[in-house]
Amino acid sequence: MMWNRKHILDMDSLSVAEITAIIDTADGLKEISERAIKKVPTLRGKTVVLFFHEPSTRTRVSFDIAAKRLSADAISISASSSSLVKGETLIDTARNLEAMKPDVIVIRHSSAGAPLLLSQKVSTPIINAGDGMHAHPSQALLDMMTVREVKGRLDGLRVAIVGDISHSRVARSNIIGFTRMGADVRLAGPPTMMPAGIEALGASVTYDFDEAIDGVDVIMMLRIQKERQQRFLFPTEREYSRRYGLTLERLKKAKPDVMIMHPGPLNRGVEISPDAADSAGSVILNQVTNGVALRMALLYLVAGGPRNADDH
Amino acid sequence: MRMIIKGGRIVDPGRIDAVGDILIDNGRISDIRFHESGKQASGAPSSVDSYADPQKTADRIIDASGWYVVPGLIDMHVHLRDPGQEYKETIETGIQAAAAGGFTAVCCMPNTRPVNDSRQTTEYIIHTAKRLQSVHVYPIGAISRESKGLELSEFGELKEAGAIAVSDDGQPVSDSQLMRRALEYAKGVGIRVISHCEDTALSHGVMNEGFTATRLGLAGIPNAAESIMVMRDIALAELTGSLVHIAHVSTRESVHAIREAKKIGIPVTAETAPHYFTLTDESVAAYNTNAKMNPPLRSPEDRQAVIEGLADGAIDVIATDHAPHSVLEKDLEFDAAANGIIGLETSLPLGLRLVAEGALSFALLIQKMSKNPANILGLTNDIKTGASADLTLIDPSRVHIYCVANGYSKSKNSPFDGWKFKGAAMCTIVGGRVVYEM
Ligand SMILES: [Zn+2]
Repeated sequence: MMWNRKHILDMDSLSVAEITAIIDTADGLKEISERAIKKVPTLRGKTVVLFFHEPSTRTRVSFDIAAKRLSADAISISASSSSLVKGETLIDTARNLEAMKPDVIVIRHSSAGAPLLLSQKVSTPIINAGDGMHAHPSQALLDMMTVREVKGRLDGLRVAIVGDISHSRVARSNIIGFTRMGADVRLAGPPTMMPAGIEALGASVTYDFDEAIDGVDVIMMLRIQKERQQRFLFPTEREYSRRYGLTLERLKKAKPDVMIMHPGPLNRGVEISPDAADSAGSVILNQVTNGVALRMALLYLVAGGPRNADDH
Repeated sequence: MRMIIKGGRIVDPGRIDAVGDILIDNGRISDIRFHESGKQASGAPSSVDSYADPQKTADRIIDASGWYVVPGLIDMHVHLRDPGQEYKETIETGIQAAAAGGFTAVCCMPNTRPVNDSRQTTEYIIHTAKRLQSVHVYPIGAISRESKGLELSEFGELKEAGAIAVSDDGQPVSDSQLMRRALEYAKGVGIRVISHCEDTALSHGVMNEGFTATRLGLAGIPNAAESIMVMRDIALAELTGSLVHIAHVSTRESVHAIREAKKIGIPVTAETAPHYFTLTDESVAAYNTNAKMNPPLRSPEDRQAVIEGLADGAIDVIATDHAPHSVLEKDLEFDAAANGIIGLETSLPLGLRLVAEGALSFALLIQKMSKNPANILGLTNDIKTGASADLTLIDPSRVHIYCVANGYSKSKNSPFDGWKFKGAAMCTIVGGRVVYEM
């Protein structure tokens, strides 16, 4: 398909055809990372700004490697090194970045909606690398890529997402992405971690972990943030792990070929036991590998893809 | 100076509903002459023929035929930002906006810089407003010093200086003992207490809790963050026998609690703002910071309950919570943006939408926008001979498009920019002076 979308802001704005195109592109680019010389000239001369207003190593490094494998120049700016800390507004910082003529701005921000705001204020293509509790489209897309790679399809699959749905942009983006592609998504976690009206996104909700994983093709565990305990979301890690932690014992109740996923970083022994994380069905490291390919696809489509080629 | 307002439909709810002429001499209503068969409640002035032909001696005749002539509208909840944040609004620009919205009086909340907890700040506001010879400005003093919620401010001194009520608006009085004492103490001073109801332990959020917040990934504020404090204040009003006025009611639970409290005679009154009976949290849709306020825009069910509360008397007053902010506070990430919208120039048109929808009668709207705030605050604004001529002239069929850029308020943070309205204030008269004319 011809790529016509300028920004990647959330999953909600992406059509089935666009999601398919992104994953197809990523599948094609994945092989580059297997080569001895892991670099193609596709985005040579293009500049990618990695503007990380919120600390993140994993996603930033993934985008950084993705840009470099496509020969783009990647520049990282974090909140502590940017003038944001000196009182400049987000919009001013972005306009300053834009004035240096980058080809893509990848933004991670603690406030939901910040990437959308940027896209309204600057003309550079924006890729959302995670905004508040709102969206994390590159994560959802790499998760979908990983599932499609193993199962050969997304349509008709059953996916359980377990944990703190309320505070998770990964959960929101995966709910929207997987349901759009025809999968059935069920959510599990304590009621304190279920946001109001989440069913309206097309997922079903249960507070019973065993019920949630019964018969599913994919189990996606979310990271528990320990500081949430202080906000009364759960009593102790011990109790959380007993009620909602994934263990080999629990896995016996799931389908034998169930995929185990986690966006990382893992809290081993809390939401997932070490043996479950390392079990045969675990694709947690495949997710990381695919993350690079998927982000290469996003950068390629947004900065140098067929749309741009067509302009000349 | 003699003025005649000719041929308007004079509506003073509960007192007058008749077509007639109002004669104004030296700032006061000197006569009211009803055209034939005008019905009037007892106590209303009777038509007299003491002026043979006033038209010959009038300096100004305003043809109000087809218009309503009502007691001047009173907005008992505005933020004028002066002193301290004059880049957002000044007393001058604020009252220009008020006049343009048909208001002859506004009550300004004390969350200025400094907080109005003193005679000095109260007098500054009163003197500044007096010098401008326009809309009346009645300052509201702080309940607690600097509105910090730790110790009472000097209600007696504030009242002497001219404060019309006390409130810590912008934040709640979280300490129930302080609220109890404020209500008790206010009874002795004879000053109204206005409560911003919010349980801050529950209100860690930036918009209404619900599907829209979930979809946008924004932290939600549940209805209970408001209604818990409404119920507490009702309990304290009952305990103290002192009237509490609940500011900006936004939830169905609050409406219900206030309605039930009134039924058993607890002294409580309440206001809501036009945005709560007009908009819902869906207005936040694409992180629109002009739909961010506190309390937040709620669900359609809450909006409906607020309208029903206005209709059945659970809610006494429509007040704008006019909250000017510049682009510095609004052109930001949603989380970082300030709460509040301007409202003085859109309040009456939004109220008239309720009338057009049949939710309220016109007289009831004027009751909520003029008579009830006057009653709660101890002001009088009857249309009668001898009274100060504070009047609002309204053309109910005037169609106009609200353009915030052309508005009088210094700030432009309105979600109603570009809205088409039917009905507008055509002329605002304070003390016999025309302070605004469309
Ligand atoms: Zn308030």
